[in-house]
Amino acid sequence: MSNVALDIKDLKKKYGSLFALKGISFQVYRGELFSLLGPNGAGKTTTLRIISGLTAPSSGNIYIFGKSLFTEEIWAKNKIGLVPQQINLDLELTVEENLFIHGLLFKMSLKEIKKRITELLEMADLLDRKKSKVKELSGGLRRRLLIIRALMHSPEILLLDEPTVGLDPHIRRKIWSFIKTIQASGTTIILTTHYMEEAEALSDRVAFINKGEIIAIDTPSNFVKKLGNFAIDIYSNNGIVTHFFKNKEEAEEALLKFSQKYPYVSLRKVNLEDVFIKLTGERV
Amino acid sequence: MKGFLAIYLREVFLLRKRLFKVLLSFSVNPFLYILAFGIGLGKHLSIMGRPYLEFLIPGLISASSMLQAFAINVEINVARFYLKVFEEFQSAPISPLSYALGEVLSGVTRAFLSVLIIIVLGYLLGGVKLNFSGIFFLVVFLNAFIFASLGLASAMSIKAHADQTLITNFIITPMMFLGGTFFPVENLPPLIKPLIEILPLTLVSKTLRAIAFGEEFYYQNILILAIIAMLCFFIAIITIKKAKD
Repeated sequence: MSNVALDIKDLKKKYGSLFALKGISFQVYRGELFSLLGPNGAGKTTTLRIISGLTAPSSGNIYIFGKSLFTEEIWAKNKIGLVPQQINLDLELTVEENLFIHGLLFKMSLKEIKKRITELLEMADLLDRKKSKVKELSGGLRRRLLIIRALMHSPEILLLDEPTVGLDPHIRRKIWSFIKTIQASGTTIILTTHYMEEAEALSDRVAFINKGEIIAIDTPSNFVKKLGNFAIDIYSNNGIVTHFFKNKEEAEEALLKFSQKYPYVSLRKVNLEDVFIKLTGERV
Repeated sequence: MKGFLAIYLREVFLLRKRLFKVLLSFSVNPFLYILAFGIGLGKHLSIMGRPYLEFLIPGLISASSMLQAFAINVEINVARFYLKVFEEFQSAPISPLSYALGEVLSGVTRAFLSVLIIIVLGYLLGGVKLNFSGIFFLVVFLNAFIFASLGLASAMSIKAHADQTLITNFIITPMMFLGGTFFPVENLPPLIKPLIEILPLTLVSKTLRAIAFGEEFYYQNILILAIIAMLCFFIAIITIKKAKD
C-alpha cells in the first residue's frame, strides 16, 4: 500500500488569460498535516476547490490513493471532506439537521447518521446545541460545526480552507487543538492558511505557494533551520532589515553591535514569515 | 436515491420552518384575484357558459403552480450565492440527476401547496366546487415539474441573483397574464393567438379547465406536457453540469 494519500501532478487553472495555478505538483502522505501557505490570491483556495470537485482544472491530474480524481469522481468524493473558507451551513436549520442532510448526501444509512452525529457532537463539545438553529451559534461554534460536518462521512482526507480566518486568538487556538485531535485519529489533513503561526503550530510539512506556483516544500523546522534560528530586525526610515543567525550567542553578539549603531533593534526567533520573505521578497 | 432525498428534505425542512409565512404569502395573490376579478369584477359575468369565478379558478391554479414551482430559483439562488450551500452539494458524491430531482420535486411540493390554497379559497369565498380529479392533479404535477425545471435551469445559468428578475419579468409574468389564466385565449387577436397557443401554460390552463368542468379534452395534451417536462428536466441537468466554474 502506497504511503501517498494525495498526488497532484502539473495542475493548471486559467481564468481567461490569467493563470491562477501555473502547473503545481506535490504529494501529501497518509496521516500527514500538510499546509499550503501563501498570501491572498496565491492559488491556495483554487487548489482546494479543484481537489474537492468544485472547480474544473484547465489541465493536470490529481490522484487520491492512486486513483484519478477525474475518472473516479464519486469514489474520490467519498474519501474527501471539505471545510470551506466561508461558513456554508444552513442558518435556519438546526445543528442536527445540517449534519443529517450531509449524511444523506454521502449516502449514509439512517442508523449510521444517528450514531455519527452523536459521536461528532461529543467530540466538538456541541451535544447540548444539537437542537439549536445554526444562526444562534457563535462564530467559533459555527466553525467547529463546519469541521464536524465535513467529518460526518468519515473521510480519509480532510481539506481545511483557512479554518480560523476571522476568529479571535483564543477561539483560534481551540480550533487548532480540535484539528490536531482529528489528525490523531489518522485523517490526512490539507490546510490552507495565510497565518504563518498557524502553519508553524499545526503542520508536518508546509508548501509555500505564491502567484500560482509552489516555491518550496519542507517541514517548518527545516525551513527555519536553513535560514538560521534567530533573527535581528533593524528598523529604519527605509524599512526593516533582518539578519539571521545560527545560534543565540552569535545573535546576541550582533545585537550589541547593531544597538550601538541603530536606535531600534530587536532579537527574536526565526519564523515561517521570514522564510516566505526570503523566498519571494514579499510579505504575506 | 439518498442524494435526491437529501436535497428534497433540505427544502422540506426549510419549508416546514416557515410554513405559516409561506402559506400566508401563497394566499395573498389568489385571495386578491378571486376577490377582485372573480367576485368583484366577474360577479355578473359568464364565460364559456359558466360564472367567471369558475372559469378563473383553474386558470389561477395553472398560473400559481407555475409561479410557485418556478420560484425555487429564489431558494436556489440564496443557497448558491448567499449561503454557498450549493458548494456542499457539488462536493458531495451525488449526480446532477439526483440534485435536479430533489430541487424540482421541492418546487412541485410548493406548487401543490399553492394549488390547495386556491381550491380552499375558491370554495370559501365563492362556493366553487369543480371536478378536481386525479388526472387534474397529474396535469398540475406536470405543469409544476416543467416550471420547477426551468426555475432550476435559470438559477444555474445566471451569474448573479439580480439577473433572475429579468427572466421572471420577461418570460414568467407575461405568460401568466397571456396564457389563459384570466380570459380565453380565443379572444386574442389572430396575429398573437398562435404564439400564445404554443405556450405550455396555455395548454395547461385549457386542459385543467376542461377536466375541472368535466368536459372532453385531448389526452395527447398530457403526453405533450410530459415530453416538455422531460425536455426541461434534461436542460436543467445540463445547466447543473455547467455550473462548475
